[in-house]
Amino acid sequence: MRAFVLSLLMAATAIAADQQTNPYASTYQPLPSRPTVIRNATILTAAGPVIERGAVLLQNGKVAAVGQTVNAPADAVIIDGSGKWVTPGIIDDHSHLGVYAAPGIESLADGNELTSPNTAEVSAEHAIWPQDPQFDLARAGGVTAMEILPGSGNLFGGRGVTLKNVPSRTADGMKFPGAPYALKIACGENPMRVYGSKGQAPATRMGNVAGYRKAWQSAVEYRDQLKRWRDQGSDPAKKPSRNLQLETLAGVLDGEIRIQNHCYRADEMATMIDISKEFGFKIASFHHAVEAYKIRDLLVANNICASMWADWWGFKLEAYDGIRQNIALVHEAGGCAIVHSDSADGIQRLNQEAAKAMRAGAEAGITLTPADAITWLTINPAKAVGIDKQTGSLEPGKNADVVIWSGNPFSVYTRAEQVFVDGALLYDRNDPSKQHKSDFMIGILPEVRR
Amino acid sequence: MKAALALAVSVLALPQPQAARPAAAQPPARRAAVPASRPSTAGETIAITNARVLPVSGPAIERGTVLIQSGRIAAVGADVAVPAGARVIDATGKILTPGWLDAGVQTGIVEIPSSAEGTDDEATTDTRVSAAFTVVDSFNGSSTVIPVTRIEGITRQLVTPSSTGNVFVGQAAVMDLSGDQVPDAVTKAPAAMIALMGEGGAAVAGGARATAILRMREMLEDARDYAANRAAFNSSQRREYVRSRLDLEALQPVLKGQEPLVVQAQRASDLLAAIRLAHEFNVRLVLMGAAEAWMVADQLSAAHVPVVIDALTDIPGFDSLGATLENAARLSKAGVSLALASFDTQNSRTLRQQAGNAIAYGLSRDAALEAVTLAPARFWGVADRVGSLEVGKDADVVVWSGDPFELTTGPEHVFIKGREMSPDTRQTELLKRYRTIK
Repeated sequence: MRAFVLSLLMAATAIAADQQTNPYASTYQPLPSRPTVIRNATILTAAGPVIERGAVLLQNGKVAAVGQTVNAPADAVIIDGSGKWVTPGIIDDHSHLGVYAAPGIESLADGNELTSPNTAEVSAEHAIWPQDPQFDLARAGGVTAMEILPGSGNLFGGRGVTLKNVPSRTADGMKFPGAPYALKIACGENPMRVYGSKGQAPATRMGNVAGYRKAWQSAVEYRDQLKRWRDQGSDPAKKPSRNLQLETLAGVLDGEIRIQNHCYRADEMATMIDISKEFGFKIASFHHAVEAYKIRDLLVANNICASMWADWWGFKLEAYDGIRQNIALVHEAGGCAIVHSDSADGIQRLNQEAAKAMRAGAEAGITLTPADAITWLTINPAKAVGIDKQTGSLEPGKNADVVIWSGNPFSVYTRAEQVFVDGALLYDRNDPSKQHKSDFMIGILPEVRR
Repeated sequence: MKAALALAVSVLALPQPQAARPAAAQPPARRAAVPASRPSTAGETIAITNARVLPVSGPAIERGTVLIQSGRIAAVGADVAVPAGARVIDATGKILTPGWLDAGVQTGIVEIPSSAEGTDDEATTDTRVSAAFTVVDSFNGSSTVIPVTRIEGITRQLVTPSSTGNVFVGQAAVMDLSGDQVPDAVTKAPAAMIALMGEGGAAVAGGARATAILRMREMLEDARDYAANRAAFNSSQRREYVRSRLDLEALQPVLKGQEPLVVQAQRASDLLAAIRLAHEFNVRLVLMGAAEAWMVADQLSAAHVPVVIDALTDIPGFDSLGATLENAARLSKAGVSLALASFDTQNSRTLRQQAGNAIAYGLSRDAALEAVTLAPARFWGVADRVGSLEVGKDADVVVWSGDPFELTTGPEHVFIKGREMSPDTRQTELLKRYRTIK
């Protein structure tokens, strides 16, 4: 057992070393910021109870202090937050911005490499168009980070990547430093429809599972082969040939890459948990998870998040049992409940999706406070994508990813007024010079105000 | 049999007494196989008291009463006498509105839209049918979508067909969500003729916007010629028409101004093209989609063209580069008649969220409520039946726990045609089953 853990550690170290030389590494640099104090605001930290009439200090790109009062440096910008609410920046752990960019035309349909059920070798980072105007719309909704995933047409859709929602000329310039890669995998109807209709596997849920198992078995062998080579001295002349597809899967087995699993039905989620145990990997979150409520005990026992919609249901059979209490029930069971969008519309109003889930919970007798609901939008998705050490809550030392709302974020009338990423003011509803427009929107219909 | 039904349905079936049409002088003989429902004359007497009543047709009434009798609204006001034996619902602190009217949905004709064969009647690949295609004969009052939708305050919908592969998509109907079957569930059928312009029109007309307009013009010209020459047509003495007799019949109420032509388009230039076409044929136009409507708001206002939008449309496409969350507010300010619609069959209930956001982006609360009640009722020709709390109208009434536009409130009682709807749905049953896991 000890040797096993040691070998895992060694493998992990090897991949970490590879990532230091990642040719696609983040080039993100925080934008200039000034020390900022927000006072007299209602603060949801996502790490404790609500702070009424509290204050937060943003300094050097970090949350420096949060509490009833903070010491303001002499040069600090002071914002009166009377009547306003302050929360961590919203994190969407399921987005296709940049890979299904607007305008939604064939030229920009980069989200699904539907040429083989296993395309673990592709990566969303190589298709993200940083000029997608939808990034700007999401920022106006308070979104400061999002995980961009490939689509769900394949069993293995490819790597996903976590971005900071900042204007940039390159995708690398948006990549969240230190965020692990994701591997998007998909259960159910989509892969079997896409490939079954082409007369190839998978055409059934049996075929889906066979496809996963076959691939994971190859990944285990690939990882072991590399391990043997390292154990025998890493002779460059004898290095096994590199396989990009298996490299991603092996990264999952080594715990470096996180599984984000599109899966609707309770029974299929249970099967995926079985597969993860057979091959020794961890599922970070089930996405869509329309039937998460039916197996919330299993999710809790296996420490797997559920990334859910507030009320989507019925658009296909595997979504037919969707109920409005899904999020509240997972939360009540002690699970890691996440409100996700999977939608360029929904990402603009994730706070409203959470509000709908609060109401649904209340109707079922589940008491949910704003301090509960904010975790679904911030710290829980941060955990699922692996950036919770850096962001997702307002705690000293964490990135100053912050939203000032015009009021209670769980009211339909409330809007994000100011959005900070690493302490830099990147959006201000009352200042057109702080409303970034992507290159695409420049020079067309200049009178449009969104 | 199917053809005969389709033909019969194409005839206007207006509920209003004044609109009863004389039988056509020329063959083919036609009759309405799907008459609209009449409000029931039976039913409970219910008094909802002490509510803040928002009748839409008039100013708010603080601590008002709405009296429901025989399926209709019998009284509305601050000083309404409650008859002996009436069921009284004390709605102190609650808000009372008319039932909401959504549009552009396929409720009752689509159960599950994807990969569930046999549950989807919104489109046809029968190329012999376009304008004559109809939703009513497919409508299933037992659809599980109906209870899920109505418990959120939506009591009627304009159910629209979605595709015939032609620029004319077919005839929409206003249906109630009582769970009744046809004909009782029909408020009006047909209520609107759906057609495509812009990108959507181009997609079914060889790829160009201009061809879509040409095809519409050709069909309308044929329909006009056909109406004037039915006898000659029936004795094969007329030139060939591009579409079938059924389609040409279906277009007659549109040409007579009895049924609106609903054009689905987004781009400002396409909306103006629709106005030109409507003017050319003197038909009543309603624009649907209309993401860039605010850019031509003055022209829409001057031409008295109503607009049905999703106020949350703000993602730019090449036919909607001007999409903005302020579309609703700007149209309202310019005096354009405005309705909001979800265009989402399963989640028609999100209409509330949409209206709330429209308010957050500048639409007045009164205009928002009208845009989901009386305005669409007028557009679809059913304002004599629904859309406001007025004496004599069908008792579609919603008692809200608080602000109807807010996300954390909800309906506590929903009445359709004077009948209180059950709060139970397939979803509430699932919740009950899984409230605890054994």
